[in-house]
Formats: sequence, C-alpha cells, structure tokens
Amino acid sequence: MTEFHTERALGEGQAPTFYLTEEHHPEGSTMLGFWLYLMSDCLIFAVLFATHAVLGRNYAAGPSPADLFDLPLVAVNTSMLLFSSITYGFAMLAMERYEKKATLAWMAVTALFGTAFVGLELYEFAHLIHEGAGPQRSAFLSSFFTLVGTHGLHVTAGIVWMFVLMAQVAKRGLIAENKRRLMCLSMFWHFLDVVWIGVFSFVYLMGVLG
Amino acid sequence: MFSDPDFLKLIFGRLTLDAIPYHEPILVVTFLAVVLGGIALIGLITYYRFWGTLWRDWLTSVDHKKIGIMYIILALVMLLRGFSDAIMMRLQQAMAFGGSEGYLPPHHYDQVFTAHGVIMIFFMAMPFVTGLMNFVVPLQIGARDVSFPFLNNFSFWMTTAGAIIIMLSLFVGEFARTGWLAYPPLSGADYSPGVGVDYYIWGLQIAGIGTTLSGINLIATIVKMRAPGMTMMKMPVFTWTSLCTNVLIVATFPVLTATLALLTLDRYAGTNFFTNDLGGNPMMYVNLIWIWGHPEVYILILPAFGIFSEVVATFCGKRLFGYASMVYATVVITILSYIVWLHHFFTMGSGASVNAFFGITTMIISIPTGAKMFNWLFTMYRGRIRFEVPMLWTIGFMVTFVLGGMTGVLLAVPPADFVLHNSLFLIAHFHNVIIGGVVFGLMAGVVYWFPKAFGFRLDPFWGKMSFWFWLTGFYFAFMPLYVLGLMGVTRRVSQFEDSSLQIWFVIAAFGAFLIALGILSMLIQLVVSFVRREELRDITGDPWDGRTLEWSTASPPPDYNFAFTPLVHDQDSWWDMKKRGHSRPLAGFKPIHMPKNTGTGVILGAISVVFAFAMVWYIWWLAILSFVAMVVIAIGHTFNYDRDFHIPANVVADTEGKRTEVLAVEVQA
Repeated sequence: MTEFHTERALGEGQAPTFYLTEEHHPEGSTMLGFWLYLMSDCLIFAVLFATHAVLGRNYAAGPSPADLFDLPLVAVNTSMLLFSSITYGFAMLAMERYEKKATLAWMAVTALFGTAFVGLELYEFAHLIHEGAGPQRSAFLSSFFTLVGTHGLHVTAGIVWMFVLMAQVAKRGLIAENKRRLMCLSMFWHFLDVVWIGVFSFVYLMGVLG
Repeated sequence: MFSDPDFLKLIFGRLTLDAIPYHEPILVVTFLAVVLGGIALIGLITYYRFWGTLWRDWLTSVDHKKIGIMYIILALVMLLRGFSDAIMMRLQQAMAFGGSEGYLPPHHYDQVFTAHGVIMIFFMAMPFVTGLMNFVVPLQIGARDVSFPFLNNFSFWMTTAGAIIIMLSLFVGEFARTGWLAYPPLSGADYSPGVGVDYYIWGLQIAGIGTTLSGINLIATIVKMRAPGMTMMKMPVFTWTSLCTNVLIVATFPVLTATLALLTLDRYAGTNFFTNDLGGNPMMYVNLIWIWGHPEVYILILPAFGIFSEVVATFCGKRLFGYASMVYATVVITILSYIVWLHHFFTMGSGASVNAFFGITTMIISIPTGAKMFNWLFTMYRGRIRFEVPMLWTIGFMVTFVLGGMTGVLLAVPPADFVLHNSLFLIAHFHNVIIGGVVFGLMAGVVYWFPKAFGFRLDPFWGKMSFWFWLTGFYFAFMPLYVLGLMGVTRRVSQFEDSSLQIWFVIAAFGAFLIALGILSMLIQLVVSFVRREELRDITGDPWDGRTLEWSTASPPPDYNFAFTPLVHDQDSWWDMKKRGHSRPLAGFKPIHMPKNTGTGVILGAISVVFAFAMVWYIWWLAILSFVAMVVIAIGHTFNYDRDFHIPANVVADTEGKRTEVLAVEVQA
C-alpha cells in the first residue's frame, strides 16, 4: 500500500493517479465466504450445545446417559467419521496432483465411511426409541436427539454434496471451479469432524460419567 | 370419496374452509382492497408490456443496485402493512374505555400487535437496511458488484418469501397471538394449537436464511472487494457500520434459526425444550431469543449511524469529525451489544450480581454512542450547514435519539426495571430509539441516495412535510406512553377500566394520525418527484457535492458501476479527487467481466412459500414434494458453469461517451 502513500509527496496541483487503467481483479472471496458460513453453522451447534448443557441433566424421572449409551458402538461410529476425514484428505492430495480418477475414488471411499457413520447413528436412534427413550421422553433426550441428529443431518447433506461433486468432477475434470468446490467441501467435512469430537466428548463421555 | 374426512385430511392437512376469515369484515375489506390493487397492478404491467423487462431486468437480476432497490420497495410495502396495524391498535386503545370493548376483539387485537412487531422489525427495518447496504456499499468501495451476486438475488427472494408467508396468514388462517418474540410456553403446542405460531416460525426461518446469507455476502464484499488504496481506516463510515452490522448478522441470526428450530420441534415433534413439564425450561428460550434479539437492534441502528455520518459530513461541507473514534465506537458497540441481552428480563430472577453485570454493560453502551453524538455535533460546529431534507432528518434524530437513549439508561437500572418491565414506558423507549434512530436514518438515507439510484432528486417540499409530520407525530404518539408507563399501564392490553387514562391514549392516537400524514407525504413525494423528474434531474452524478466514491460515477450508475476502478488516497476519496483535480478517463476502455442473471433465486423463493404453507397446514405430501423440488433445483443450478460474460469495450466506450456529452452540455449551460 505504500506506493499510494508516497504520492502524497506530490506538490500542489500535481494530481496523482485516480484510476486503475488495467482491469481490477480482486482476489477470490469464496473461501472467506464459506468460512463465514461455517462459523454461522458453528453458532447453530453452539446453541444446541448450550441447550444440552442446560437441559442435559433434566431426565424427568426417565433414563440417564449411563442407562442408554453404548460407548463401544459410539467409538466405532466416531472412527468411521475420523477415517472419512483422512480419506477426504487423500482426495485433496490427489486433486493437487491432478489425478482425477484417484480423487473420485477417495471421494467414494469418504462417502462410504460417511454413510456407515449415518447408518450406525440411525441404528442407535432406532434402538433408543424402541426402548422408550425417544426425543419426547425428557428434555435431556430432546436435546440429545436434536444435537446428534443435527450433526447427522449435516453429514447426510455432505454425502449428497459429495455425490454431486463427484458427478461434476467426472464430467468436467479438475478445473478451477471444481477445485474450489472440492476445497469448500473439504472445509465442511473437517468442520463436521471437529463438531463430532465435541459431541463425543461432551454428550457421550461426560454424559456417562454423570 | 370427497366427503371422507381422512381423505380430505390427507390432501389438505388441517386446512378447511373455516380458515378463510369471511366473517371478519375488516379482513374481507382488506382482502378486497388487496385483490383490486393486485388486479390494477397486473393490468398496468400488462398494459405497458412490462412483464419481459420485469423478469429479465429485475426479478432475475444479480445487480446489487437493482436488488437493493427491490429490498427497499419490499420494505416500503411492509411499512404500510405494519403501520396499518399500528393505527388500528392506537384507535382501539383510544376507544376501549369504561365498558366499551372497542372495535377489535381480543383474539384479533393480539394478532395485530404480534404482526406489527414482526413486520416492522423483520420485514420493514431489516429489508430497508439490507437494501441500502446492498445499493450503497459496493459503490462506496469502488466495486463492480458484491462477492456473490447470485447469492444476493437468492437472499432477497428468501426475505420476500418470508414476507409473503406472513401476509398469507392475514387471509388464510390466523397469525400468532404471542407477541413478536413468541415466548413459550404460550407459543407451545399446548397453549397455541392453531396455525398462527407456525406461520410466524416458517416466515422468520425462511427470511432468516436470506438475512444470514446476505450478511456473509456483504462481509466478504467489504473485506475482499475494496478498490486499491482503500485501507480499512480509509473506508467510508457507512461501509464501516455496514461491516459491523453484517458481522452481527452472521454472529446472531444462526442463534435465532436454532432457537426457532427448537420451538418448531416442540410444536411438531413433541420434544420438551421449552415445555412446562418433562424437564423443559421456557426461560432457556427467552435467553436464546434475546442473544439474537439484542444485537438485532444494533444491526438496525448501526447502518443508521453510518447514514447520519455521511449526511452530516456532506451537508456541512466538512470532513467528519473524529473518524477514528467513530470507527472504534462502532466496533465497541458491536462487541458490547452481544453481552447485554439479559436486560430484557431482569425480572427473570437471576440474582443481584447477574442483573448488576448486565445493567452495567448496558449503561456502558451509552458511552460510545455519546461519543458518536459529539462527533456529529463537532462536525456541524463551524460547518457550512445546508438544511436539505437528509440534514433535517439527522437533526431530528440527534434530539430524539438522545431522549430515547436516556430512558434506555433508566431502564438499564435493574430496580427501576422491576417497576417498568413490560410497561408502556418500555414501549415508548424502544419506539423512541427505533423511530427516532432507525426510521429517521432510513428516511435520510433514501432522500440522500435516491438521486444516485434514479438520476433525479426527491421533491424537497413534500420531503419537508413528511419530516415535520413524522417528527411531531412521533412526540404526540409516544410521550403519552412514557407517562402511562410511569403510571403502571402494561403493554398488549386491549381494554381499560380506568377512564382517567383515556386522554393520554387519545393524544397518542392523534400522534399516530400525524405519522400517517407523514407517510402519506412520503408517498406524495415519490409521485410528485416522478412527475417533476425533468426539473429535479441531476446530470452530474454528484447532486449534493458528496465526498465518497458513489458520487464519482453516473446517476443511475451503469451496470458495471465504474468504467475504471478508482484508486483511493484518502478517506473522503471523491472529495480528494475533486480537490486535487482528477480527470475522468475518456479512452482506453477494457471489456468488463460481469455475472449473468438467473431465475433460480426467484423460483426457489416461490417454492419455499409453498413449502412453508404446506408445513403450516400439515399438508405433508406437498411439503415433501416442494422440499425435494428445492433441493433438485439448487443442485441443478450448480451444474451450470456458464455464469458470466464480458461487457465489450465498445459498449463501455459508448456508455461513457454519452455521459461525456451530457457533462459537456452541463458545463456549457
């Protein structure tokens, strides 16, 4: 920016340049914009975490986390999501090397892990509801189902996005637009991973501790 | 088959013929007026063969200027609706004394006060503010458009869809009877089983998506798209306040979204977040909604502060006094606005220490606000003040807002608040700051930037009429409410026993009538200005001798805003250019890269109205269908990679050449 300040030294009546004669190309805003979106999404999770913090002990004479949670199942589930983050990382590395097929293959693996995660979560939900511990049972269960379910919905949306993007990469290759989109999905996917670490620690582990 | 109730329920959900309020004369007359108005509008559009232009140049436009103008049109339409609610309430309260029940039954009155609050905040003030930011910010920073032009169009249509959903509740079913923030347990399924709260929820959720996305868009625009040389501390103050407002939008609207989603789950899925039993906690809702709600009022007032800063500097012919302190004050207000929410419910019983903390943070906000007030005063001091209409609004604001600020500090004292909580004193206070601050600011902004948008000024006579009616009307309408509040009269009451109070309500109703004349004057002003547009024409693009970049281009600006991106050397960059003798480049034009228009936004907005309607009335098949349609269309849109084009250099040269001719004629004359 100093170049513009130095023009101040010009004498009276000597006008500095006031227009750019070349076409101005501001740097891309997409990454910043998507990052801002993620932060707004993060706030939605923050509200759900806060709600769980306030209502999470209100069992209404119903079951508590220690009665309900099957930690080994949740551990398997967590590993599915963590693996999917690693495989998405591999997809990005393949993208950087412009290896279209490898990118698509790693994306498919990521989607598979993601689907396994959502499947296990749905199994857990069905099991809880079957036991009479559905979201209507108590404020604790309402906030549990909503927080975990909102995360699951995000993962589901991420899987749909994954397939859409795979079709677009297959069709048009690793062009600049598609690389930008892959980058956004990467941020989204890792973001969901981080949120899940919070869910796993605060909802499941600390919940069982009582 | 059609007499089978289960079959009808499958097709229509809980929508029956009883939902049409044909037994309510007020609503029937309103409906007829809307229908006649609609037919007239459609007739006019058809007569002038405007449909093609309307679709190609406006509804599908991704141009930030046109989107900004459409936002403001939406806001003005909703202002009329919200004000009709207001004057109905004033009339009812002036009449319903000593056994008289007035003309509005309580269930109707409750819908009216809820609709008034919801519409004025979400569908009048918000689109108005967003519209002005949309129009002005890219021009002020020397940009060609916002960062994400399609997203901008989509945001607008989501906001409009929300407004349409709220308006639908007037003629199909009912609106919420809960007050504008829909506190549970009253808004829960047990106490509000009807469709009113559902209309409220879906209208706000859909508009909220638009608001959040437009917040993200404008932050990215201000951070990334500024002209070279415009460092943060050289940004115009309106751009600064817009930046802070949009940070607040992104930092708070998700909270509203999540909170309303939890209320939705309570109502639709039988969860227990905010219920009275099974571990629910209604005060959780009140906390969450005000974590959004308090920053929301700063979302509205900060851009107004920005407008006043531009207006004062321009019409006093002086650089704004204390630019840096103005910026820091704005940032401090932005941060503080996030840690005062509990002052809306000191009576919750959170204890003396908590109340003291929130009382003190609230009072501290008056310090940066006071600093701003002094900055404006010192800008006027020894300035060459021109009393044009925007300046009148600004001075009216300075007097009125200080009064409202002082009653705000009064309310920030917890023991005083225990007496004044939910009284008419509170109503008077927040109308004092919202009308005296936000509305006056928006009016100043419209008069100030109108010539930029349309190429001619607004008629000053009717502008002054509007100002004086609004100003006096405000004092007549709300000073009595301070008195009544101090006497202990609470808000949201439709009938009164003590007839000694009546005179105050009659005075308030007279004030509302004066404000009605103010609004009428504004509408007349628009018509008169259009008729006299040749006399009011501004050719220079700089009718007020402005200081910032938006005045450096033509009025209305060409699609590409600036043929050459300006290089910025000073805060008041256009003033600097004029003072140091810039010359407008007349040759060497280059092709300009622009985004293409798209119909996806308006289509998604239309389907979201259908989706919301289906959800409100439990028409599940339609809800699923419309939701799938939205997802498919949104995904389909991402398969379109052909989104931009270049305006050829010769077209730019033509456009600029015409302006050169016009300017030359001006100089000779």
